[in-house]
Amino acid sequence: MFESLSDRLQDTLGKLARKGQLTEKDVDEAMKEVRRALLEADVNFRVVKDFVAKVRERAIGQDVLKSLSPYQTVIGIVNEELIAVLGAEREPLRAPDRPPQVIMLVGLQGSGKTTHAAKLAAHLRKEGRNPILVAGDVYRPAAVNQLQTLGKQINIPVFDEGIQANPVDIAAHGLQHARERGFNPVIIDTAGRLQVDERMMQELVNVKAKIAPTEILLVADAMTGQEAVGVAEEFHRQLGVTGLILTKMDGDARGGAALSIRAVTGVPIKFIGTGEKIDALEAFYPDRLATRILGMGDVQTLMERAKEQTSEAEAERVSKRMMKGSFDLGDFLDQLQKIKKMGPIGDLLGMIPGMGNQLRQVKDQISDDATKSIEAIIQSMTPYERRHPDMISSSRRRRIARGSGCTTAEVNQLLSQFKEMRKMMGQMGNMAKKGRMPKGFPPLR
Amino acid sequence: MVFRRLFRRQAEPDVQLEKSLEKTRRGVFSEITRLFDRSAIDEELYEDLEMLLLQADVGVDVSEQLVGELRARVERDRIADPAIAREALREAMVELLELATRNRKLKVLQRGVPFVVMVVGVNGVGKTTTIAKLAAYHQGFGRSVMLAAGDTFRAAAIDQLKVWGDRLNVPVIAHEQGADPGAVVFDAMQAAHNRGIDVLIVDTAGRLHNKFNLMEELGKIRRIMQRHVEDAPQEVLLVIDATTGQNGLIQAQKFAEQVDITDIMIAKLDGTAKGGIAFSVAKELGTPISYVGVGERAVDLSEFKPETYVDSLFFGEGDGL
Repeated sequence: MFESLSDRLQDTLGKLARKGQLTEKDVDEAMKEVRRALLEADVNFRVVKDFVAKVRERAIGQDVLKSLSPYQTVIGIVNEELIAVLGAEREPLRAPDRPPQVIMLVGLQGSGKTTHAAKLAAHLRKEGRNPILVAGDVYRPAAVNQLQTLGKQINIPVFDEGIQANPVDIAAHGLQHARERGFNPVIIDTAGRLQVDERMMQELVNVKAKIAPTEILLVADAMTGQEAVGVAEEFHRQLGVTGLILTKMDGDARGGAALSIRAVTGVPIKFIGTGEKIDALEAFYPDRLATRILGMGDVQTLMERAKEQTSEAEAERVSKRMMKGSFDLGDFLDQLQKIKKMGPIGDLLGMIPGMGNQLRQVKDQISDDATKSIEAIIQSMTPYERRHPDMISSSRRRRIARGSGCTTAEVNQLLSQFKEMRKMMGQMGNMAKKGRMPKGFPPLR
Repeated sequence: MVFRRLFRRQAEPDVQLEKSLEKTRRGVFSEITRLFDRSAIDEELYEDLEMLLLQADVGVDVSEQLVGELRARVERDRIADPAIAREALREAMVELLELATRNRKLKVLQRGVPFVVMVVGVNGVGKTTTIAKLAAYHQGFGRSVMLAAGDTFRAAAIDQLKVWGDRLNVPVIAHEQGADPGAVVFDAMQAAHNRGIDVLIVDTAGRLHNKFNLMEELGKIRRIMQRHVEDAPQEVLLVIDATTGQNGLIQAQKFAEQVDITDIMIAKLDGTAKGGIAFSVAKELGTPISYVGVGERAVDLSEFKPETYVDSLFFGEGDGL
């Protein structure tokens, strides 16, 4: 599919670097790649144009031409500029002049408003707040039921007046209800609508006028194409949007829409939705999205997912065993199963910086099925065999092969690979003791 | 008795599609038409054309390809008149979309054997609405339809389907939220069989394409269907949101890897959706695009026809339809 920007720049600039002096034309070649990658990430073409011009100017000004590592220099500039556009700082939700804080969610159909109303409520309650949800979508079949069901799931009250009432009244009554009972914040779900639907947009304007919300958050699908800008501009023009929730960021979405919307409207991105589950809402970090657009991997997310699966003490224990070279097949199986819980292996590898290129070459070899036979082989071993892989004789190997439904050759292969791996771990352990990492490993931060 | 019913072709111009594409046309594509209202073909024309195609979500590769082909054609045929060049572009675009129809298979409906349609796609692309439209579409041919509420994950997805079922007077087989979708499908298959239903449309949970386990569940549903009807689901329809950018392509590809997609529907083609993703989908995947969804009413579904698609985007007066 799409090659990541970092891989492309590495290809283009890597080749050029070897030939010595770079020319302005070479930089232009690189800029072509930047342009293409951004377009493929669904960044709006106007935004791309401005962005590329800015990067080019800086690249030439910063002596990329004389740089010994033009790739790093250009990637650095692109990364910095991306972060600059995305907003260097995290912007929290606005505080109201007087409580309650009223948050209204708006957006196109299917962008994820109802789900994110509930996610946001659950998120804010975790911060010690006392939220209430208001069901303002009277048009989509069962939208009110959906919010009620979600409210029940997370045990947060939902204010609704059925589907006959007028959304402006529902919002006003919901707010009043919240004031009387001390709920804060008030999160208002609205029906999805097209930004060109004048009558429906007017309705939102009326709701806004009636309840004067603290925040109007535009809920936008990260997979939206070029039109993202048109949608955001129009919602912003009519309503004065104060923030953005970017949803469905758990797909392969590069999130180019975020860059476009931010660049054109200046509206800050406040949250990103990363899954169907209620807790799949994260505060937005510009640098993470920048690396994602660049395709440079996403170490932070990888670390977070790893943390979910294993405690620090556990990680400490395992890494000690690795360093000592006493890591056995039982540990290996355990780690393998934890990794599998983190998601498909292809996805995980994609998050590792620099894996992009290699990944494409081995992609077919690394499948989740492959791990299945490894698991089966180890599970067919006795605890003694798992601890002492060196002691596995050929008759034991035959038994293991039969037990796991694999061939003896496969068992042999696994054992020899494991031996190699353990040897490497031992070497790393020794070097770590001497205070240096083997060549080629990135410095630990 | 076994007999064949083909999907009939509509003879009259597709007014509905025309109307819904109007906004798109007023945007990017009318600009494309206007682009050729000039006295000579120059470099600027190609540059602007590429930009407009990009803006319509046609994608970098396909945009470059279309512009490249046009350039070659203009040189080869010594075309000097921009109007002729425009026609050449139109032809190239139709040809590209025809890649998405040439693999279309004849659908065979057998009396007494439910024709099972499994509808898949990521969250929020309009699966449920699409199901309602499909139901109305099949009803239009006099077929009896049943719906299965296989999305047991999303809150109130079942209710939403039931509302449509009531409106269209179509039975809906449903369990509770959180139930096993496989069990729902099992019951639905049985019910469809017993009641002699012609078309069973199965909703599935909207799942993002990189969620491995969820995708596996689709495989399971399929196996359950096949216990009843050997070649079920006869149609696996992937719904793609017309506003999706190049991600739509990745989506489709990932889905195609997991479940054998037989048909694609481009939904939400109303409003300002550019629908350019159809070109990338046509070029990169062999899967036929069969339907386009427009509007929010149940009747707003059209069969996908490359000429209409391109012409609606280009002209709008119904010429060439």
